Amino acid sequence: MVEIVLISALDGVLYGMLLFLMASGLTVIFSMMGVLNFAHASFYMLGAFFGFQISRYLGFWAGLVAAPLLVGGLGTVVERYGLRKVHRHGHVAELLFTFGLAFVIEDLVEMVWGKLPVDYRVPPSLDFPAFTIFSGNYPAFKVFELLTAIAIFAALLLVVKRTRVGLIVQAALSHPDMVGMLGHNVDRIFMLVFGVGAGLAAVAGVIAGPALVTQSNMAGLLGPILFVVVVVGGLGSLSGAFLASLLIGLVQTFAVASNASLAGAFGDLVPSGWLQAYVGDIWNVTVAQVAPILPYLLLVLILIFRPRGLMGTRES
Amino acid sequence: MSDIARPPLPGLPSGRAGGVLATYGVWIAAAVVLAVLPHVFASGLALTAMCLMGTMIIFALSYNMLLGQTGLLSFGQAVFFGLGGFLTVHAMNVAESGGVPLPLAVFPLFGGVAGLAFGVIFGAVSTRRAGTAFAMITLGVAELVSSSALILRHFFGGEEGVTTDRTGLVHLFGLTFGPQIQVYYLIAVWCFVSAAAMYALTCTPFGRICNAVRDNPERAGFIGYDTQTVRFISFSLSGLFAGIAGGLAAINFEIMNAAQLGLAQSGTVILMTYIGGVGDFVGPIIGAILVTYLQVALSDVTDVWQLYFGLLFIGMVIFVPDGIAGLLARQRPLLLARQLHRVAPFYALALVPGLAAITGLSMMIEMTNQLAVHVSDGPAMAFLYVPFDADAPLPWLVAATLLAAGTWLFLRAARAARHAYDEALAASRARGRGP
Repeated sequence: MVEIVLISALDGVLYGMLLFLMASGLTVIFSMMGVLNFAHASFYMLGAFFGFQISRYLGFWAGLVAAPLLVGGLGTVVERYGLRKVHRHGHVAELLFTFGLAFVIEDLVEMVWGKLPVDYRVPPSLDFPAFTIFSGNYPAFKVFELLTAIAIFAALLLVVKRTRVGLIVQAALSHPDMVGMLGHNVDRIFMLVFGVGAGLAAVAGVIAGPALVTQSNMAGLLGPILFVVVVVGGLGSLSGAFLASLLIGLVQTFAVASNASLAGAFGDLVPSGWLQAYVGDIWNVTVAQVAPILPYLLLVLILIFRPRGLMGTRES
Repeated sequence: MSDIARPPLPGLPSGRAGGVLATYGVWIAAAVVLAVLPHVFASGLALTAMCLMGTMIIFALSYNMLLGQTGLLSFGQAVFFGLGGFLTVHAMNVAESGGVPLPLAVFPLFGGVAGLAFGVIFGAVSTRRAGTAFAMITLGVAELVSSSALILRHFFGGEEGVTTDRTGLVHLFGLTFGPQIQVYYLIAVWCFVSAAAMYALTCTPFGRICNAVRDNPERAGFIGYDTQTVRFISFSLSGLFAGIAGGLAAINFEIMNAAQLGLAQSGTVILMTYIGGVGDFVGPIIGAILVTYLQVALSDVTDVWQLYFGLLFIGMVIFVPDGIAGLLARQRPLLLARQLHRVAPFYALALVPGLAAITGLSMMIEMTNQLAVHVSDGPAMAFLYVPFDADAPLPWLVAATLLAAGTWLFLRAARAARHAYDEALAASRARGRGP
């Protein structure tokens, strides 16, 4: 029991940190430009596939450096030649643009790499058990993932809170016009932030790719969860996104490890006519089976009881 | 194939009042077209496509009640479509096994009621917010429902879905609904009635207030309307019509599965509505017809047709944000002032490089597809009946040249066309003010 709790906690924190790598970019882009980037998870997927492709020729470490740079560059191009053009048509057009982009990226990835998972492997230098808890081994690659995510988190915090660039970014979050008046090129700041956000998502892709499954549907699976993180944490709040990422990471990991169900808690249903089959579906389902819907359930609950999210300061 | 020749669509704003014919002329014409269409395009494929189009027209119009009329961007419209469909399938199965004497024609109502009921439930949660937050909530609710659908196996039938038999119900007037043509007329009638109802709704004070909430929620609030209530009612009613569309789809296919309420289906309706144009009542109708037609036609020609849809959608968002209907509506003043001949040559001029650019792009996509997906078939392929090797440099050079030169010339021609349009518009305004 303790073993399960401990491993689940580690895995949950790891998953939460990966979520935060993506959610941080998403929430900063949202609060600066008012654009909810639907293609954010697609950048994560591109990071994984670029990392895979590069690792086949130059090894994993080259992929870890090059793939985020490539994707980050792609992000700036998307902002400069796509989003900025659509901007004058309003937020709905921007949102729909990224929505279409997500579809196109998924189709392109499917075309180039196929629908089946690709063989993206953990590099041999990290392919050993880091430590043993009770009877199970904890792989070194997961420790590496966790450390990388924490390092990036710390660096991001440092940049945003302690440097001049971070100061300008923070100011542009709430008062973009004023920052422009003070002589900063707001357009370029937006472009950079978009690129860095895409790059961070790609880092998450490169380090998550070998551990999870690198497949053309990975963006579609993760994208909606990212939105849940951003809304639950509070739109535009970095610390909220951090909390929500960890929360959802832990909730999902613990749920998957749990076998409890209503039937287990209260005993089997007494047969009672035609309704039994339908109620039985709910009665016998285990917590592990409902794990995929828990984030959305959390979203609905948060919206009912705390519409501005955990750490949010504004309603929309 | 079928619907390119479909004449004036219903719901063009009639503008000048004057007599029954002027006010309802478009609707009478639409009814006649709907009645005659299956005799013009009688092939089985055309009939199937038209049934699909009719369903999608209702679905897209219901979506435009949100996006176009009330300014709410929802990513979960397929939830109501799917739930309406499932309720209809179950109602039909219960009626068949229990011998309930209800004719098939009323069953889409079950879908509509289901859509309305779930619209009320989900609307209560999601319409508390507007804008981007609303969009995200609808996405979350949609994911919640579509993932639950895989858990509640008895109701949603798991991966396979739930089947039904539309011929097993009471046969009113000898209509068995076995032949597809009878289903077509059922869909056509429901499509006409729903479209008319939705158009009528836009003319009511409620419809106007929806527009006000879309354009300026603050002022709508100040003149005494609760914007949240307006959004809620609009959302619920939109669910009603989406449910009807789902019910018709269930009757048409005789099967419903969880994919029908997923994000892909919601994406399709966004695509249709936006490509057709959200600012005009006919926009979603045009979009539903065009996209359905392209789905049928393109999926025969290429296996990456979804990629083309995505690109078409992005292109529309960037270049034509008011959709096809908006594009046509802008030509209306020129047509009325007989100035269209001044811009037509410029349009033709822009069309040529535009088509060249599209050809180049599509060539590149198909060559990539050949190299990546059809590896086992080797590099030999044909594009527009011209055979070549996909790994040779020449075709790539040709494609890149077509794309680059076509795009450059198209952008120049488009600028000239816009200039000509402005001049022609000014000229027609001057004529309008003249004697």
